[in-house]
Amino acid sequence: MQVPAPFAYERATSVEHAIELLSRHGPEARVVAGGHSLIPMMKLRLAQPDALIDINNLSDLSYIRVEGDQLLIGALTRHADLLDSAVAGEHFPIFRDAEQVIADPVVRNFGTVGGSLCQADPAEDLSAAFAAVGASVVARGPNGSRTIDVRQLHAGPYETVLEPNELLVEIRVPIRPGGGSAYEKVERRVGDYPVAAAGAVVWLDGDTVAEAGIGLTAVGAEHFAAPEAETALRGRPATDDSFAEAGRIAAQHCHPQPDQRGPAEYKRQLAVELTTRALRRATARARGQEA
Amino acid sequence: MTVTEERPTVGFGSTLRKEDVRFVRGKGTYVDDVNLPGMLHGAMLRSPFAHARIVSIDTSAAEAHPGVKAVITGETLAGLNLAWMPTLSYDTQAVLATDKVRFQGQEVAFVIAEDHYSARDALELIEVEYEELPVVVDAKKALDADAPVIRDDKEEQSNNHIYDWEAGDKAATDEVFSSADVVVAEDILYPRTHPAPLETCGAVADMDKVTGKLTVWTTTQAPHAHRTVYALVAGLPEHKIRIISPDIGGGFGGKVGIYPGYVLAIVGSIVAGKPVKWVEDRSEHLMSTAFARDYHMRGEIAATRDGKILGLRVNTLADHGAFHSTAQPTKFPAGFFHVFTGSYDLQAAHCKVTAVYTNKAPGGVAYACSFRITEAVYLVERMVELLARELDMDPAELRMKNLLRPEQFPYTTPTGWEYDSGDYQKTLTKAMEMAGYQQLRAEQADRLRRREQGENVPLMGIGVSFFTEAVGAGPRKHMDILGLGMADGAELRVHPTGKAVLRISVQTQGQGHETTFAQIVGNELGLPTEDIEVVHGDTDQTPFGLGTYGSRSTPVSGAATAVVARKVRERARIVAAAMLEVSTDDLEWQENRWQVRGDPEKAKTIQEIALAAHSSLELPEGIEGHLDATTVYNPPNLTYPFGAYICVVDVDPDTGQVHLRRFIAVDDCGVRINPMIVEGQIHGGLADGVGMALMQVMAFDADGNHMGANFMDYLLPTAKECPSWELGETVTPSPHHPIGAKGVGESATVGSPAAIVNAVMDALKPYGVRHADMPLSPAAVWSAIQGRPLRTDLAIT
Repeated sequence: MQVPAPFAYERATSVEHAIELLSRHGPEARVVAGGHSLIPMMKLRLAQPDALIDINNLSDLSYIRVEGDQLLIGALTRHADLLDSAVAGEHFPIFRDAEQVIADPVVRNFGTVGGSLCQADPAEDLSAAFAAVGASVVARGPNGSRTIDVRQLHAGPYETVLEPNELLVEIRVPIRPGGGSAYEKVERRVGDYPVAAAGAVVWLDGDTVAEAGIGLTAVGAEHFAAPEAETALRGRPATDDSFAEAGRIAAQHCHPQPDQRGPAEYKRQLAVELTTRALRRATARARGQEA
Repeated sequence: MTVTEERPTVGFGSTLRKEDVRFVRGKGTYVDDVNLPGMLHGAMLRSPFAHARIVSIDTSAAEAHPGVKAVITGETLAGLNLAWMPTLSYDTQAVLATDKVRFQGQEVAFVIAEDHYSARDALELIEVEYEELPVVVDAKKALDADAPVIRDDKEEQSNNHIYDWEAGDKAATDEVFSSADVVVAEDILYPRTHPAPLETCGAVADMDKVTGKLTVWTTTQAPHAHRTVYALVAGLPEHKIRIISPDIGGGFGGKVGIYPGYVLAIVGSIVAGKPVKWVEDRSEHLMSTAFARDYHMRGEIAATRDGKILGLRVNTLADHGAFHSTAQPTKFPAGFFHVFTGSYDLQAAHCKVTAVYTNKAPGGVAYACSFRITEAVYLVERMVELLARELDMDPAELRMKNLLRPEQFPYTTPTGWEYDSGDYQKTLTKAMEMAGYQQLRAEQADRLRRREQGENVPLMGIGVSFFTEAVGAGPRKHMDILGLGMADGAELRVHPTGKAVLRISVQTQGQGHETTFAQIVGNELGLPTEDIEVVHGDTDQTPFGLGTYGSRSTPVSGAATAVVARKVRERARIVAAAMLEVSTDDLEWQENRWQVRGDPEKAKTIQEIALAAHSSLELPEGIEGHLDATTVYNPPNLTYPFGAYICVVDVDPDTGQVHLRRFIAVDDCGVRINPMIVEGQIHGGLADGVGMALMQVMAFDADGNHMGANFMDYLLPTAKECPSWELGETVTPSPHHPIGAKGVGESATVGSPAAIVNAVMDALKPYGVRHADMPLSPAAVWSAIQGRPLRTDLAIT
C-alpha cells in the first residue's frame, strides 16, 4: 500500500474560511478538491504538502449556468456534471467531447473542473478546451476577487499565477452565437492522459472563418493555445486546406517533449492532424451539420 | 424475481464457480487480509539507482523513529548467512544488497514497525550513500568488451554472459537453408512485460518460538515447493514449516519464485518474536518481481517458391536482468522456447539462445507464458506471416498448406517434442468460417480501392495465428525444479454420508480449481459438485506437489484427481460386491452406480457404499473400512492444446491508432470440464494479448530507470480496447490424459499477440511496413509508417 508522508488536514466550511486556512498554512499547503491528481502524487511521495485544505464541502461552488452572455462554471463542478450538462453541451460541445475522454467514470464523478485547471498538468484536457473557447477564471483571495484570462493562468507545468492564498472559484466562458466547437484526442488506452489533443471553436461568416480559437494539450503549446494559427485562420475560407494549414502553424509553435507516449515528431504530427480534425468538426457543427 | 430450480449438478458442464460465492461478496481472504495479534509491519527500502556501489548505510535515524522495532540491512543478513539466496535457476540473488545494487528497485533495507505508516515513514530516514556505476540497459551491449561486469560478486564471472544453449540440428538446418528457394529473415523483439496481477506479492510470517513452528501466509502458486526451498535454504526443519497460500489475486507465473520480501518477513518474525506482515505496493511489484519475455530474436524461415516451409532458424539474445532467477524446469534454461517450430511440418530447425545479465530486475518466466512458448509462438507466427508476404500468398492458405496433418500424430518435432494429438486444419477451417475470411479479404480490397480514389476510410488488416502449446510439466524424469520432480499428489476422502473432500497440491489463483476439480471427482463417482470440497493452498493439509503454473493444473493435478477418484471407485466396487453379495467381476459402473450386470435393479451409489464402508457390514479382505485413496500423478508427456486465431483491425495511418474490430478464437484444449471456466480463461488471455500487442512494455532509460512502474505508465487493457470475443472450439482429446483434457490457462496469452500484430502489419502493407515491435502504440505504428520504427525496449527520446 502506497501511503503519503504525514500532512495536516483542514476542512473548509466557506470560501472565506478556505482562504483563511490557506493564509494560515502558507505556501506548502494545497487545496484538495477531487484529489485525483494530487493524492496519487502524494501516495508516490512526489508531492509532500504540509497541509491539505479540503474544499469539498463548499457546495455553493458547484454549478453550471448561463448569466447574460456568459456560461458560468463553479470551480467545484465535477467532471461528470460538466459532461452531463445540457446547457454547457448546447453552447460548447467541445466540453462534452473532452469530458468523454477524461480519465474514467470514477475520476469524473469526483474530479473537479477547477482542480483540473489549478493542477496545471501539461497533459490536462480542460486547460486546452478553456483556452480554445477564450475562458477566464475568477480567483478569490484575502483582498477580494480578480479575473484572469485562462491564457494567463498557467505559469508553467504544474504552476499557476494564483497566489498561495487565492482560491479559484469560477470559470467564465463568453457565449457568442453561430459558433461550433470540438475536441480531438489520441490516447494509448481509454483513461490514459492524452498523447496529444486539440480543441477548436469556429465562428463562420458564410464560408469564411470569422473567428477561431485553438487549444492544444500535451504538446508544449504555450498557455495551451495556438494564437498564431488562430490569426492565420481568420478570414480564410473554411476548407480542409485552411484547417490543415492552421494545424501546421499550430504545430510549428509547439514544443512537444518525447516520453513513453511518443517521440516529439509524432506529437507534432498529432498537433497538425488533431487541430485539423477539430477545426473540421467544429466547422461542421457551426453549420449545423453535426451534433 | 425469477425462481430457478436448483438441481445438483454432476460431472462436466458450465456450472457456476463454487468459489465465486465468497469472491462476489468480498469475503475472500487474501494475504493482506491476514491479521494476527501483535503483528508488526515491514517496509522495504529500494535502490533508486540501477547500478551503484553501496558506500554506507546509516539506519540510526530510522531506528529512532517512533514505532520502529528493527531495521535489517544486508549486513544483518550476512551475519545470518542469509544475504544471498539461491534462485530457481542455480544462480544467486541478493536478499538485501551488501556490496552494490544491480537494478532500480532492488531491496536494500527492511524496516519493521508497529504499523505500516511508521515503517514507510522510517524508510525516508535511512541514509544510504551510493557511488553510481555505469549501467547495462541495452541487452545488445551487455557482452561488449567494455561493458561493466554486473555480477562481480561471482568469482568465475568476468563478463555478463549467463549461458549459451542450443536445440535442433544445426547442420541439417543450414543444409535446408542453403538450398531453399526463399529465405526470409527478421529481427523480432518480444519486449519485457509484467503479468501485473491485481494482488501484489506479500507474506505474513509467524515464527512460534515455543513450538519452533514457522507459519507463512504468502502469495505463492507453489506452496509445497516454497516449503521445501525454505527448508533447504534456511536450514529450518521441513515438518516445522507450514506454508498457507490463501486466496490469490492472480499469479500468472509471477508468484512461483521466492522474493526477498518473503525471506525478510520470516527473518523479521524470528528477530522480532512477533508475526510480521509485508505486502509490497504496485510500483514495488512492477519494478522488482518477475518480469516476462525480453527476448531479442533473429528469425529465419526457408521455403520453396510454391510455399512449402522447409526450415526455421532462430538466434535469441535473452535479457535476464541482474540475477538469473527464471522459474522453469532445470534442464530447459530457455524454457520450452525450443517448441519454436510451432504447428508446422518442416524438415529441420535450429535455435540458439544466449542469455545475459543487465541492470534490470530478474525473472523472465511469467505472464502465462508456458515457460516461454509465448515467445516461440510469436516468433514462428511472425515468420510465417513474413513468408506469406514474400511469396505473395494468403497467410491463411500458407498455414493450411504447412500445418501438421491429423495422421502425423503423435508427431515428433525436429527438436524432439512429441505432440500428443491434433487436427489443425479442422480448427483453422472453423476459425476462417466463423470470421467469414473470404468476405473480410474482399472488404479489405474494397477499402484499398476506396482509399486509392481519395476516400478517407481507415486501413484494414486481417491477422491469423495458429499456435501449439506444450503444457502440463513433467514427466518428472525430464522436468524438475531444483531437483523436485514435476508431479502432483491428490488425496480423496469420502465421508460416511457420501460427501467428499479432495486435497490437491496445486494452487488456484483465480482459475476455478474448487469447481473444476470437484467436477472431475463428481464425474468419476457420480457425486454432485456441491458435495465435494476441494482443499488446497496449505502444506499441512494437502499432499506434496509442484503447484500451478505452465497450465499444468488440469493436465497433472486434474489427472491425479481422476486417478484418485477411480481408485476410490474401485474400492467402492469391492464394498458394493459385498453389499450385493456378488463378485466384483459381476459389477459394472453404470449411470453413476455399481450395478450387477444385466440387473439395473441391483445397484449401489457411492453414497450408499460409503456409508456401508463405515458400517458394521463385514468388509471383504483388502478393505480396512473406508473408501479413501491417495495418488501421485507423474504425467507420461506434456499435453499439446492448440488453436486458430483471427484478428481484424482498422488502422488510422495519420494518428497510428489501432482499433481492434473483431477477434475470433477457436481453441482445442481436448475435453472441456467446465466450458464456462475455459471460456473465461480464454477471455482473460485474449485481453492479455491485447495488452502486450498494443500497449504494455517495461522500457528503461539510459540510466536504467524503469519507465513503467505504475498503472499510469504500464497499461492494462480495458473492456474498451477488447472487442466482443468470438469463441469457437474443436475437441481433440489428449490420448494419454485420463479424461482427455489438456491445459488451457495460457493458450490465449500465447496465441493472441501474433494475430494482433499480424493484423496491424497486414493493414500497413500498402506502406511497405514488414515489421514493427510490440507494443504497437499509436506512436509505434505511426513511426513504422514513417520508416523509423521505435526501439520499444528503450525509453523514447
